[in-house]
Parts: sequence; structure tokens; C-alpha cells
Amino acid sequence: MSGTFLGLPAFPEAAAAAVQDERLRANLRHATGTIRAKRARAVAELADWAELRAAAKAVKDRTLDRLDHYLVRLEQNVTAAGGQVHWAADAEEANRIVTGLVRATGEREVVKVKSMATQEIGLNEALAEAGIRAYETDLAELIVQLGNDRPSHILVPAIHRNRGEIRDIFADRMADLGRPAPEGLTDEPAELAEAARLHLREKFLRAKVAVSGANFMIAETGTLVVVESEGNGRMCLTLPRTLISVVGIEKVLPTWRDLEIFLQLLPRSATAERMNPYTSLWTGTHADGPDGDGPEEFHLVLLDNGRTDVLADRTGRQALRCIRCSACLNVCPVYERAGGHAYGSVYPGPIGAILTPQLRGTETPLDASLPYASSLCGACYEVCPVAIDIPEVLVHLRERVADGPRHRLARAAAAAAAYVLDHPGLLRAAERAAARTRRLHPRRLPGPGRAWTDTRELPAVPPEPFRDWWRRNRG
Amino acid sequence: MRVALFATCVNDALMPSTAIATVRLLERLGVEVDFPAAQSCCGQPQFNSGYRRACEPLVRRTVRAFAGYRHVVAPSGSCVATVRTAHPRIAARAGGGLAAAVGELTPRVYELSEFLVDVLGVEDVGAWFPHPVTYHPSCHGLRLLGLGDRPLRLLRAVRGLELLELPGAEECCGFGGTFALKNAAVSAAMAADKTAAALATGAEVLCGGDTSCLLHLGGTLRRQGAPLRPLHLAEILASTEAEPWRAP
Ligand code: SF4
Repeated sequence: MSGTFLGLPAFPEAAAAAVQDERLRANLRHATGTIRAKRARAVAELADWAELRAAAKAVKDRTLDRLDHYLVRLEQNVTAAGGQVHWAADAEEANRIVTGLVRATGEREVVKVKSMATQEIGLNEALAEAGIRAYETDLAELIVQLGNDRPSHILVPAIHRNRGEIRDIFADRMADLGRPAPEGLTDEPAELAEAARLHLREKFLRAKVAVSGANFMIAETGTLVVVESEGNGRMCLTLPRTLISVVGIEKVLPTWRDLEIFLQLLPRSATAERMNPYTSLWTGTHADGPDGDGPEEFHLVLLDNGRTDVLADRTGRQALRCIRCSACLNVCPVYERAGGHAYGSVYPGPIGAILTPQLRGTETPLDASLPYASSLCGACYEVCPVAIDIPEVLVHLRERVADGPRHRLARAAAAAAAYVLDHPGLLRAAERAAARTRRLHPRRLPGPGRAWTDTRELPAVPPEPFRDWWRRNRG
Repeated sequence: MRVALFATCVNDALMPSTAIATVRLLERLGVEVDFPAAQSCCGQPQFNSGYRRACEPLVRRTVRAFAGYRHVVAPSGSCVATVRTAHPRIAARAGGGLAAAVGELTPRVYELSEFLVDVLGVEDVGAWFPHPVTYHPSCHGLRLLGLGDRPLRLLRAVRGLELLELPGAEECCGFGGTFALKNAAVSAAMAADKTAAALATGAEVLCGGDTSCLLHLGGTLRRQGAPLRPLHLAEILASTEAEPWRAP
């Protein structure tokens, strides 16, 4: 993944700092609380939600089982419709391919459709190094880009910002990247949207090259699908001559009909809408054949970047079903308090906690801490439209971390505790010793125990364990 | 009817009153209670921390301890959830016929409110508890077991009890086992929000079905000096006019 996140602190430290940030807490509480309630209402409207969810899971699992087959079909059909398919094993290769393609057009700037895959590989930075400017056109991505900030949410990357902060970013920074913000800009949503519209319109009309991702790719027809709310994506997908789409290999669906399921699940889960305002579909280039309705030149870069490793893990691979709806973030009590930046990845929240350590490995302290960034409350699994059992994968990844070399001591301690619990004689002796010394137990613990006693009293040790009560009264 | 009480290690060591209340309640309802002494921990803390293999002896022990009982009752949503969801996963990887033994045990293990409502078919257990109470449905009972409104139905039938709705009830209290230590800041922030919501109801008692969540919330409330005491559902249901509940 992108180098932007290297060297960040482990989740607990970053989260502890975020918890102290009152403004961030208020922004997140408000934003996630609102969307959470709306999603619940939108989902409750569909009597067959459980069946849709099961169908989506089945389609994705079936596709992942024969991913190679569907990708080859996709390549054939994209090619037949006039597009060119490129295969990128990792971020570096993908960046090299895209940079080369832009250079070949002779252009020095591109407009971008909101895309997670291009953030994952750090494409904007790679393009900048090659002297090519990439302009984000999704409103929230624009806010993040103008603010030299990092995204903190999959769907609403600037969720950590409120209206006042956005106004300041527009007023201060728009002029550096193009048309300045209007004089006297206030924090009224309509004014902010108008400022963004004017700023972006200039770029849409000028751009010759666009870069996008895709929500779905249809193997059967070679069609790509982008689902969005603003219409800015549609501008990028239709106006420029050349379109380069960078898409993770897990985004392929076998047939056109499969869209029926996903186009119902995604908008309700993501924005709580019955249907999203813009769904753009294109097949190849418009020059080629009766079915071709894409741009003049179309390139599809299929991105692996760790995905085949995820696929090899029977438990972990379910993370590849993800359709990036963000429902798990919006419902997560840990995300709400820690904020997206604490996850140190473009994929924050519950899905990030299981995806990032699988894509990047668990070598760094940050990546090794992500599987523990959860109380395992299960709210994410409950809302996930493709039924990813996130708690199951978290525990599975904890096992991977715990088996690692840094955890020899903790592993020994866990084994010792299990040994005592498996020997009732020892357990009873330990319980009785605790009961006898109960008046000596301190209120506040030193060392790691402080994590409990900083904000909570220790439980009082009872005069006798239940076993002894039972023996005296019923035994 | 004879049942085995699965007291759980946390209740055994730290909150015997919950197990004692469960015994009193079940006996009052005409159930004969056994406490198989071979029982221990279900392995939840080890399993959830990634030490799956360390759980294997505990799974074997649980299977052995409760062999021969048609009903096993535990006053803990998360321990029953561990038996139902984690034990099969541990057993599947352990081999040695453990999976079959686990598969045979799991359908016989009930969380207390499930046992009362589904097996005994009672909602009014004849309890008396004249206090305002609010109820926090712990996550594993709520989402992994699907307890639904069973605990609330039991509480509504308690004479004298005023049940006050807890806003945001379904949100996690922030305990999460080792999460409370590994991510103490976020855990504490979640506990603070949960206790604030509970206090705002005006209840005197914060009722729950999982002792570990109650220890975490109770410890937070005591540190705050807040006028709200945690009680397990079993303790409220054990209380009668003739014998009001008093923790031993
Ligand atoms: S894991 Fe599920 S809920 Fe979370 S973003 Fe992906 S599809 Fe949505």
C-alpha cells in the first residue's frame, strides 16, 4: 500500500490521542449517528434483505473460487470491445503502468473519480513525481486533497471535518490548484457546493485524461460500473478522451444479472438511499463495435497488490467480498471514537482492521495492532451486506500475530493460564489465595494493569469462590 | 428436571453471587441443579486473544464436565456464545473426534434467559424487586445468541420493578476482554458513554446478563462515585418478597 502511512504509531496510541480530540469526537458522533439511523430505515424497507445478503455472499464466494477464470473472461471481453487490459502485481507496477499511459498521451494532468484502489497504491504521489498533476473531483476527496490531509472514511473521506473547517480549507487553498473560492464564502452547504462546482467545472472541461476505479466489473460483457452520488464521476468517465481504470481483481462479477443484487445492497448500505443518483456503466471504447460505449481510449489496470495472498487464506479471504459500502465503519463504536486516521491505512474501521494486515502483513507495530482494534461486539458483521464475519477474521488474524516471534512471552502466559484453568485443584488454590488476601489488594495497579485502574475500580474479590459456597451449601 | 449449572470462571472466582442467584432461582422454579466440579473456563479470553491451541484442553474439559446432562445452563451470554461459535472452530482444527463431541454438546447449552423462556416456558418467575432498573444487552447475547427481548420480558414480569429504556442500548459497553487493556482509552470512552446513558435514565440498578461487562461498567461507576449499581439478571430474578436479594 501507499508509503504515506509508514512510520505511524500503533492503533492504541493514535486512538488514545483521537479520543481526547473533542471536535473530532463531535464530528464523528454526529456524522456516523445520522447515517447509522438512516441506513437502518432504508434496509428495513426491503422484506428480502436477508435473502439479498445471502445471494451477494454466494455470488462473491463463487467468483472468488474461480477468480482466474472470470478474470480471463473479463480480459477477453474488454479487449474485444476495444479496451486494453494491463496486469499489475503490486502498487509499484500499477503506478508505473498508469504513469506510462498518461505520459504517452502527452498530457500533464488528469482528473480523478473517487477510487480506493488508486489511494491504496499511492497513485497521486507517483504521478506527482512524474510531473503529472492528479485532481480529485469527488467533493470529499477534494476537501482532503486541498487540505493536504489523509482520508478517514471510505465513503466520506472528510468525515472528520465540519462545515467551518471545510470553508476555511476552500478559502485558503482553492486558488493554489485552480479557480479560487468566491469572495465572502460562508459555511452554508449550498455555497460550499457551488464553490466546489465552479472550481471543478474548469478541470472537467479541460481534462483529456481521467483515472478511475470501479465498483464492479462484469466478466460476461467486459463492462465496468461506477456507483456515485455527485455526478462528478460521470463527468470524468464521459468527457476526457482517455480513461484509465485501476481496479482490484476481486471486483469482478460473473454476469450482468448479478448487478441486480449488488445495486440494491450497495446504495442502501452506503448512503441509505434506495438508489444512488448516478450509476455509470461502460464497455470498452465507443469506436469499437455496436456495444462499445466507452471513451475513445480505455485502459483497465487489474491490481493484485496482495489480494492473491488474501485469497489463499480460507478464513481471511471473505474480506475480498467487501463492496466498500462503509456500513461497518458507521456502526463501529471503536471507529466512532478513534477516528479513521488511527487505522493508518486508506481502509479504516472494521474492514480496514481485517484488510490492511492481510494486504500489508503484520510486521510493523501498527499493522500488528489492527486485529486488536475491536471489542468484537459484532455490530459490523450484523450490517455487512455481504456477510463478512469480521470478528471471526479479527480473531483469526490475532492468532497470526500471536504466533509471531514477538509474542513468545504472551504465548507462554496464555498457555500457563489455560493450564491453571484446566487443573481445578490449582484454580481452587489460586481463588482461595485471592480470597484470603482480598483486603491487601491495591486500588490502583502498576505496570500494564494501570490500563484498567486508570478509569475503573478493580472488582472486589469475594470472600469465597462459588465452588466453596456450593460445597458448603449443596455439596 | 435436572440441569447442570455452568457457572463460568468469572462468576466462580469474582462474582459468586451471580451463580448463587442462578441456583436459587432455578430451584425455586422446581429445577434440580447440579454443579459438575470438573468444569472450568470456556476459553473465551484465550480464544479471542488468538491463542486457539491453548483452548483445546478447556474445550475437552467442558465436553467431559457436561456429558450426560440434557440441559446445561449458564448465566453468561458471552460464555454460551463461545461454546456455540468458538468451540466448533477450535474442535474442527483439533481433530481427535473433538468436533463430534462438541457438536453433541452445543445444542444442550443454554443462556439463562433462553432456558427460562424457551425451555421452562416462563416469563413471570415470581420475582419481586421494587426498584427502577435499566437493562444493557451485552453484545454476544444480543448478536451471537440472538436473545432478543427475552431478558426484557423476564424483567417486565418482575413485581415492583420499573423498567427504564436505555438509549443506545445495543451499543457495546467497551469491555471486549483484552480490548479493555490493549485499547484502554477507547474502552474507557465507550464505558463513559454507556454509564452516562444509564445514569440519565434515572435507574438505581444497571442490569445485564454478562458479568464481565458488569465488572467493567461497575468499576467505572464506582470510580465516578455514581449512584447506580450493577446487578446480574439472575440476581434480580432471584429476589422475592419473602427473600429479597442480598448478595452473600
Ligand atoms: S466489510 Fe461489509 S460493511 Fe464493511 S465496507 Fe465492506 S461490504 Fe461494507
